[in-house]
Amino acid sequence: MPVSKKIVLRFPRRLVERPIVYRLVKDYDLEFNILKASITPEQEGLLVLELKGNQKEYDRGIEFLVKAGVKIQALSQDVTRNEARCTHCGACVTVCPAGAFRVEPRTMRIIFEDEKCIGCGLCITACPPRAMEVHF
Amino acid sequence: MAKTIEEINQKIKKGQAVVFTAEEIIDVVREKGLKQAAREVDVVTTGTFGIMCSSGAYFNIGHTRPRIKLGGGHAYLNDVPAYTGLAAADLFLGANALPDDDPRNRIHPGEFIYGGGHVIEELVAGKDVRLVAAAYGTDCYPRKRLETWLNIKDLNEAVLFNVRNAYQNYNVAVNTSEKTIYTYMGILKPRLGNANYSSAGQLSPLFNDPYYQTIGIGTRIFLGGGVGYVAWQGTQHNPAVPRTDKGIPKEGAGTLAVIGDLKQMSPRWLVGTSVVGYGCSLTVGIGVPIPILDEEILAYTTVTDADILAPVIDYSDAFPQLKPDRLGEVSYAELKSGKIKVKGKDVPTASRSSYPLAVEIAAIIKGWLAEGRFELTRAVAPLPGAESDVKCKPLNERPIEESDL
Repeated sequence: MPVSKKIVLRFPRRLVERPIVYRLVKDYDLEFNILKASITPEQEGLLVLELKGNQKEYDRGIEFLVKAGVKIQALSQDVTRNEARCTHCGACVTVCPAGAFRVEPRTMRIIFEDEKCIGCGLCITACPPRAMEVHF
Repeated sequence: MAKTIEEINQKIKKGQAVVFTAEEIIDVVREKGLKQAAREVDVVTTGTFGIMCSSGAYFNIGHTRPRIKLGGGHAYLNDVPAYTGLAAADLFLGANALPDDDPRNRIHPGEFIYGGGHVIEELVAGKDVRLVAAAYGTDCYPRKRLETWLNIKDLNEAVLFNVRNAYQNYNVAVNTSEKTIYTYMGILKPRLGNANYSSAGQLSPLFNDPYYQTIGIGTRIFLGGGVGYVAWQGTQHNPAVPRTDKGIPKEGAGTLAVIGDLKQMSPRWLVGTSVVGYGCSLTVGIGVPIPILDEEILAYTTVTDADILAPVIDYSDAFPQLKPDRLGEVSYAELKSGKIKVKGKDVPTASRSSYPLAVEIAAIIKGWLAEGRFELTRAVAPLPGAESDVKCKPLNERPIEESDL
């Protein structure tokens, strides 16, 4: 069964120079799309990936990452909406390249579909009350 | 038969007033007809919740011992400069004010995380705010420095005073250039990538009383979660613009200056706002109840989003260069559908003002009226109308020559 998931990978310093993602392709036949990548001054690597493949290989690939010492988290936990600050204006709707925000036609309330979020962060500064939060 | 405001207030006091929101009234009149509805309905409530930049607040902080004269000195509230051109203990804080060390647009687009609007929100929320002030010292006001926490509950007065709010209609902003631009109407993507608008449309106060028959100076309103008043016409009030057959202005027209006691307001309805690449501001909730005195006044409140047209303006050229060019006209019904057509292209739309919270404001006023907590007022003077000679003019710039000095 094919799966496709967006995940956040955190690489400790000792792994930054190792070709980890290459192994996912070569050994587990997984397809990846890099949504975001950065290395902090403390040399911790952060990689946001969309990872596709067969469920079995996907699970084995994730197991390989965990064993290698990579911390893994689902992307949807990383971009959140502070519901108390959101005013449901709609400033985010056309800014989001992934279409993760939509307007509920009857009430005009803004729905945030976090499973569509690619973690680009464009909504963070576009939001006038700064209700969108990123926790990378 | 015409009603009076006094008769409506009697019904409000007894809890018998018949009130609908400007959204609900559309179907009520469709079902009952104008004549019957005008007899039965007493009040229609409106609301709008959007970024309203010409907002601010003034405070009297109380005198210090020994006295300090802030007037003519410098004062900062949470590092945001406040205006000290008033007397010893009075300060005015504008929503757009920024800390001196804010990077602004030095790295474009600036984020504008904290400014005057945010200070107002924190004060209203009951949070302590840091005042740092310096003065020059006089015989009667000898003190020169002041650093203290302030809390809204300790201030003598804390008054929201917004010189231009509740715009009657507004531009639809687009960008025809080749690069993304960062405007007060939001992020505008190149080559007509998106279109942003900012009005509650059929719920917005001045669309429901387009000729200012009931809304005038002295009108009691919902302001920032508390009770406020219309103080004057807002700055740039421009009533004599082209209108539709139903009297609805086809571009930005009337505005309101509003005032109210900040101490009874709420941070839910006064939200500090960051406009990327542009600056800081305040998002303000305003609602105005309209007394249904006759059929004509009621008929105006039945305005729908399909009746209201807004001009599409290019914010990469026409707006900054103050050119009159327009790319067309669209209705709020089209804007709310999620896309409009501009120069033959489908352009996705987004709102800058919150329709859901505008709906909530209209419902809150309805609740206040039902509980008898809010009475309607007769305006003490009208706002300048469509036939007046009041006009919003551009600046007549006159270069200063050496010989003038």
